Amino acid sequence: MNLYAEALGGALVVYLQEERLDAAIAIRFKDRMREVTAQPSSRVVLDLSDVTFLDSSGLGAIVAVMKSLAPARQLELVGLTPTVEKVFRLTRMDTVFRIHPNVAAATSERLRDAG
Amino acid sequence: MQAERSSHPQPQPDPSAPEQAIFRHSFSADPLSVRAALHSTLARFVRQMTTDEAGALEIVLAEVFNNIVRHGYGNSGKGTITLALARDRRGLTCLVCDDGIELPERCLSGIGGDHPRPVPDTLPEGGFGWFLIRDLVEDLHYCRHDGRNELVFRLPLAPLALAQ
Repeated sequence: MNLYAEALGGALVVYLQEERLDAAIAIRFKDRMREVTAQPSSRVVLDLSDVTFLDSSGLGAIVAVMKSLAPARQLELVGLTPTVEKVFRLTRMDTVFRIHPNVAAATSERLRDAG
Repeated sequence: MQAERSSHPQPQPDPSAPEQAIFRHSFSADPLSVRAALHSTLARFVRQMTTDEAGALEIVLAEVFNNIVRHGYGNSGKGTITLALARDRRGLTCLVCDDGIELPERCLSGIGGDHPRPVPDTLPEGGFGWFLIRDLVEDLHYCRHDGRNELVFRLPLAPLALAQ
């Protein structure tokens, strides 16, 4: 699994460099996310711009990561490609994640009060 | 010369359209074989549909195959999935067969049954698969026949643009 993280503008930005986030790698993805998010930061920004396909297993894994970070830390998403965006839209899970067009947009933004 | 007496569903291409070649593919029921099957299927049909339609096809087939791997064959890594696809004017008719356990009735029942659509605010980690399938396909039918599961549906597609 090609995944790495860097601290950027007060956020931990995680780059998932895989074409697919699917049933074949969903569990490894969750494990790797647990490892890289051990580094403290209030925001975790997951860059999905290399991911061209996401299935419901991949979606479930992203939700599981979000839940494991909450409530102290937020998971935000960046760079949804068309089919990935379609899965988020059809499942209406686009309503529960903050989604940014790219890493620059996500990290230039100050953390807003979620309340 | 015996007439086919089969009562189970078969792909029903639009009779008004010229008969299209049927794409068939059998593969092992495990996640990496599912990936490979999606890749070869998309490669075969991607030029006959829009990018958006190809995305829908990949989502639907992935969810159907994943359900068979996980529930039909219980993640055993054993078993076979057989796919047959035929393109006609109305879309892409898909037949997916496997020899796993029977599909529960609730998977096919519509929205509002005792198996409701996952609510985003509750942060569900699963239960999306059949809703994605039902959102994207038409004429979904299931039949259990001689210990075999047969699922038939059609992915609606815009009429073939033959100009290209």
